[in-house]
Amino acid sequence: MALDIFQEKGVPLDRQVFTWKDLVRRPYSKLDDDAFTRVRVIYMNGIMADALRTKHMMARINGSLREPLARIRRVEHFEQTLINWLNPPDQNPLETTLGFEQVAIEVTASVALREPDPYLAQTYRFGLLEDFDHLYRYSALYDRLEGKDPNTITQSYTDIIPGRATSLEHRHPLDDLRRPYDKTTAHPLSKIHAISITAAENQTHDYYMTVGPFFTDPAARQLYAEIAAIEEQHVTQYESLLDPSETLLEKWLMHEAAEVYNFYSCLAYEGNPRIKEVWQRFLDYELGQLHFVKDLFERVEGRDAASVLPRTLPEPVEYKQHREFVRKTLNAEEDLATNGPDFVPRADLPADHRSLVYRDQLNSEGSPSETVAAGYQWTPGTELAARVQRMGSTSAGRKVH
Amino acid sequence: MKKTTSDMGPNRTGIAMSPIDSADIFQAAQKRAPTSPGDGSLLLEVRKQYALESGGVGHVPPPANLKGVAKTAVELLKGAKPTVFLDKLGERLAFERSGSRLYEGALAKLDVHGSWEDGPTQEGLERILNDELSHFALLSESLTKLGADPTAVTPCADLVGVMSMGLPAVLADPRTNLRQSLEALLVAELTDNASWELLIELARGLGHDTLADRFQLALDAESEHLVLVRGWLASGITLEARAASPEELGAPA
Ligand SMILES: [Fe+2]
Ligand SMILES: [Fe+2]
Ligand SMILES: [Fe+2]
Ligand SMILES: [Fe+2]
Ligand SMILES: [Fe+2]
Repeated sequence: MALDIFQEKGVPLDRQVFTWKDLVRRPYSKLDDDAFTRVRVIYMNGIMADALRTKHMMARINGSLREPLARIRRVEHFEQTLINWLNPPDQNPLETTLGFEQVAIEVTASVALREPDPYLAQTYRFGLLEDFDHLYRYSALYDRLEGKDPNTITQSYTDIIPGRATSLEHRHPLDDLRRPYDKTTAHPLSKIHAISITAAENQTHDYYMTVGPFFTDPAARQLYAEIAAIEEQHVTQYESLLDPSETLLEKWLMHEAAEVYNFYSCLAYEGNPRIKEVWQRFLDYELGQLHFVKDLFERVEGRDAASVLPRTLPEPVEYKQHREFVRKTLNAEEDLATNGPDFVPRADLPADHRSLVYRDQLNSEGSPSETVAAGYQWTPGTELAARVQRMGSTSAGRKVH
Repeated sequence: MKKTTSDMGPNRTGIAMSPIDSADIFQAAQKRAPTSPGDGSLLLEVRKQYALESGGVGHVPPPANLKGVAKTAVELLKGAKPTVFLDKLGERLAFERSGSRLYEGALAKLDVHGSWEDGPTQEGLERILNDELSHFALLSESLTKLGADPTAVTPCADLVGVMSMGLPAVLADPRTNLRQSLEALLVAELTDNASWELLIELARGLGHDTLADRFQLALDAESEHLVLVRGWLASGITLEARAASPEELGAPA
């Protein structure tokens, strides 16, 4: 049943309250919970981080909106806290990183499949193949640094194989900018998609920038530096899909709609009852915020919110594996590059193209992503399991030292 | 590159570096009263509260395919609560596998820093590396025979991961030399020894004598590892402590 966001008023803003005990609850289990529960927690933390980020930017450039922005932001800050604190403390930064890339693969795949606009869909597929490669690079790092199996985090949903090689993803900034959707003609889902994936990528960038320096291994520090740079490119790419001519209030209204849509999607798939309760609660909070902003929008802009908002919410994000789609995309589009906003075969770029010059300069003292994953093929139980397999059985006459 | 570990030089962490300021801030700290009564035990109270509500870190997965494995596997899974044995086997497996990566790191340190008199040798480190790998293989095989999935992270395996997070970090840090790395290896080997002992006891108690015999061979190897690592470390520390010349001591010129 589709959710009628005009009918459903949610919880009013002044009843959206928290306590410290309420904010810091029992986390999900790294071992027992479904990988998609982790995916949703990481993703929704990204959505709410962006709710704050966007609204802070708005407050910096608009005086009259500061009060309502401050009120909503405060609640969203606490929503983000509660969500982010659901990550369990035995999940270390590299394990959480694997979760971040699984988000970027599976959520972007779902978005790419649902996106009605072909150019936007192409953009999502383009970015998807790059995050897909990141999962592989970080997996190799995890295996080789800690002697642990990355698939214990991704739980056999997602392939751990090279995508478009990270070393080839480095592009000139002007080749990361895309053509925005047109606010007057774009499907509301297109707007929600662009807002959501921008949010997820921005949080990924910020996370890598935060945890990168915690690693002692210099190759790990380099890899985080390298992939953070691609995430910066991804933020540049995805945010350029947003129509810059939307008014601040229109952007705000659509962001609230995206928040509602994403909590609604989580709710549709969540299997952990304690976490499902959180999605339900924040869906209700966000509906309350949506109506608060809708009233503000209609009052200030003197136009009907129904002119920008969808009547009912689109089908939820599909929290399931997309291996077939990703493999097909990899097969068909691995060798794509960009020339300005256009997607072109890499072979068509002249040797002196600005992105190739940029890339070669960055990689001229070596490529962290190539170093870390040299010869790496994921094997159940880590590549050491493959090594001992080659060494022979321990019981077949070999002495155990 | 730095071979020595304990040279004299600038270090700003102690109060002796700023006698006037430190006395002043200590006085200020004494004068200004806390905003709430009590002591550090309140923290523990919060911990207790959360402990009561916690469901633990996770569970031991049910044996992968009891129907598919030989009947012996079912028989092997003796004891009132066979998951305890599987959990501990999973823990040992995780530790041995990560331990192999530690020795790879130590070999890389040896490459850059070289060794010292009675210090680690290439052969010595390689031997231990291979031992750790074969211990990992032994556990993998044991778990499979018991019908369990050796790729699963059991609660004890997860916990030992949290416990030993710092070990690979020390080995991977380019600022630590071979001697400092041995401190991390010592922690690993002490754990190796105590944990195999426990596992053997557990196996014997459950009547897994064949397994216990094989685990005993692993423990024998571990006790050799401990002797080696402790010896290498001791000689390294003694050597630096005895260095006579100021250059060797690393005193500022
Ligand atoms: Fe990524
Ligand atoms: Fe990305
Ligand atoms: Fe909101
Ligand atoms: Fe061992
Ligand atoms: Fe050992």
